[in-house]
Amino acid sequence: MVPIAYYLVLSAILFSIGVAAFLIKRNIITVFMSIELMLNAVNLTFVAFTRHWSQVTGHLQVNGQIFVFFVMVVAAAEAAVGLAIIIAVFRARNTLSVDQIDLMKR
Amino acid sequence: MTDLHLWLIPLVPFAGFLVNGLLGRKAPKPVVSAVALIGALIPMLQVSALVWNYHALTLPHVETLGAWIAAGAFHADFSFLLDQLTLVMLCVVTGVGFLIHVYSVGYMAEEEGYWRFFAYMNLFLFFMLTLVLAENFLLMFVGWEGVGLASYLLIGFYYTKDSAANAGKKAFIVNRIGDVGFLLAMFLLIAHFGTLSFGQVFAKIAADPTLQGGVLTVIALFLVLGATGKSAQIPLYVWLPDAMEGPTPVSALIHAATMVTAGVYMIARTHVIFDRSPLALSVVAIIGCATAFFAATIGMAQTDIKRVLAYSTVSQLGYMFLGCGVAAYTAGIFHLVTHAFFKALLFLAAGSVIHALSGEQDMRVMGGLRKKIPVTFWTMTAAVFAISGFPPLAGFVSKDEILYQAFVSSNPAGKILWAVGLFTAGLTSFYMFRLWYLTFFRESRLEQAHVHDREDHGAAVHARKDSKITVEAEHHAHPVHESPGVMLIPLMILALLSVIGGWMGWPEGLGGSNWFAHWLNPIFATGASASPAGSKSLELALASISTLIAVLGWFIAHLMYFAKPELPARLAHQVRAIYALVKNKYWVDEIYGALIVTPVLFIARYVLAALIDRGVIDGGSLAVGYSAQGFGALVARIQSGNIRSYAGWLALFAALLLAASYFGWTAHFWVR
Repeated sequence: MVPIAYYLVLSAILFSIGVAAFLIKRNIITVFMSIELMLNAVNLTFVAFTRHWSQVTGHLQVNGQIFVFFVMVVAAAEAAVGLAIIIAVFRARNTLSVDQIDLMKR
Repeated sequence: MTDLHLWLIPLVPFAGFLVNGLLGRKAPKPVVSAVALIGALIPMLQVSALVWNYHALTLPHVETLGAWIAAGAFHADFSFLLDQLTLVMLCVVTGVGFLIHVYSVGYMAEEEGYWRFFAYMNLFLFFMLTLVLAENFLLMFVGWEGVGLASYLLIGFYYTKDSAANAGKKAFIVNRIGDVGFLLAMFLLIAHFGTLSFGQVFAKIAADPTLQGGVLTVIALFLVLGATGKSAQIPLYVWLPDAMEGPTPVSALIHAATMVTAGVYMIARTHVIFDRSPLALSVVAIIGCATAFFAATIGMAQTDIKRVLAYSTVSQLGYMFLGCGVAAYTAGIFHLVTHAFFKALLFLAAGSVIHALSGEQDMRVMGGLRKKIPVTFWTMTAAVFAISGFPPLAGFVSKDEILYQAFVSSNPAGKILWAVGLFTAGLTSFYMFRLWYLTFFRESRLEQAHVHDREDHGAAVHARKDSKITVEAEHHAHPVHESPGVMLIPLMILALLSVIGGWMGWPEGLGGSNWFAHWLNPIFATGASASPAGSKSLELALASISTLIAVLGWFIAHLMYFAKPELPARLAHQVRAIYALVKNKYWVDEIYGALIVTPVLFIARYVLAALIDRGVIDGGSLAVGYSAQGFGALVARIQSGNIRSYAGWLALFAALLLAASYFGWTAHFWVR
């Protein structure tokens, strides 16, 4: 039986990597991937807690897993829309660097 | 006669004002005149009916239309008062007012803004009648301010002319100074008596014989300040001569016969207060006497026919103040009435002269008009003799009554007041005959003046002309002509009144019955106003002296302006310092300008406008705006459009939040 803390630490490490990558990377596709990484770090926490909670209460708890499905659906939708936007942006501006895509400044 | 419908008296002219003011612009002139004349005629008829049914009246009669202001125990109503004094004023205002309306139809016939003129005239009547009829100080104040407004509008009637617009402003502003006094007096009355109703205030004073001087003196002096503003007395008389910028009928109605007498009426109306304050009465007497004298001296050296009459008005108002100041209110009111007759006549006749000369006002270029405009001449002659105090004309009776009352009054300075008043009567006679001779006698100086003007490229003409028909005067299109009948009939009626109007107050000392004084007795008999004992022989002697003085004034004027016309210039040269002093009106305007107007303008311009308004108020609001803008600009730099910087901020604050919750700050931070 692996203690829950292990899962949480792993999740935190994954999430931090995601955040760091998001902040550091300029390529928009890499940024996109780091978002996926953060989402999946959270997903890992959800399933870890589901299992932990089922053990503590003695019967099955599925709330966390249902959340994970939601996250996956949203992530899939986001990937579809996001990639489409990326392609559109690349066609328009011929670059994928987020530092050059700053039309929204004041 | 229980229901007198007094409210109709002021409201009919107001209706005339509304009709002419709102619809008059498009209406043809006859319609405008008809509306205005009806607006002046109906009140006159109603007042006539009141006089006719005098014996059926129970005076004083108070008519309350409804509550106006009610605050706690204090309340002021829309209520009108009718008593003998009101009735006198009503007769003067509506009678002279109507005559001047008739005259104006002829005088203003060719003016732009005919409808505007008559709308303002009716508005004036509305406010003046409100002032006269009011039963409390507050309603009187409404009329008081309203006549000031009408006066302002009519002085500035030729508003495209700079001097007229400025004269209007001057009149308005100087009157405001007096109004402060009136307001303060009202505040004190509320504080001490809790009411502004004439009846209640006077009843409370009457019920308390210990109430002498003190607060009553203060109230009375504030009322005097108000009266000096409205009635053009020292120190606030300066607006009246400038008010001559208005059309001549306005000068006659507002600035001679009615509005300027409001101060005298106010003092007479509140005589119960003054009776308890010998100090305030003395102030009134001294102000009146000094004003009468100074204005008369200024009047001697003026060359504009209307300005002479303006200073004469100030001087005669001084006599009325003198009368009130020696507690001879009847004499003051009597002089008010006779003055309304002959001064209105003088102005209207002067207007007729100006009309005849197509706008010329300078007496130096008049002359020889006696044969050319005979009706104007003869009516003017009646007025000149009346104001100069020749028996048995109106001015003699009333002025002599005032001088007599001053002589026998209990005031320790009574004899001095009498002497100054007497000397002023001589001056009055002199400057009136000076005007008479310069205008009507010898040969006309008009032609040579116009030749001279043309050499000056007409600049002098412009400087001197009433804006009336300036163009015509320049081209000299009209020869000297007598005015139309619509102007002459009012002149003749007023001339008749100037001759016989004084007979109703013919003093008992001279074999009359002084019916006027007996009639006003119910108002003034209370308190100190009961006339002190004099003897018939004394009254006869004083009357003889003042008649002699008037004749002397006439004689000197005859000598200087008829027999030896080169004499005035030589005399003026010999006493040129005094002449310059008088000619320049003692430089009072300049002194006021330097002492009051300039500092006030300085403060207004540089302290209030530049420092307070632009600095503090504008600066403050701008500072708020700019600081918000600056802070916004600072914060806006966060919105860089760069996703990574957003993410950085997000991560940073998320981390801070996490740290905060981890170290247990949250609970403290938010709950507290």
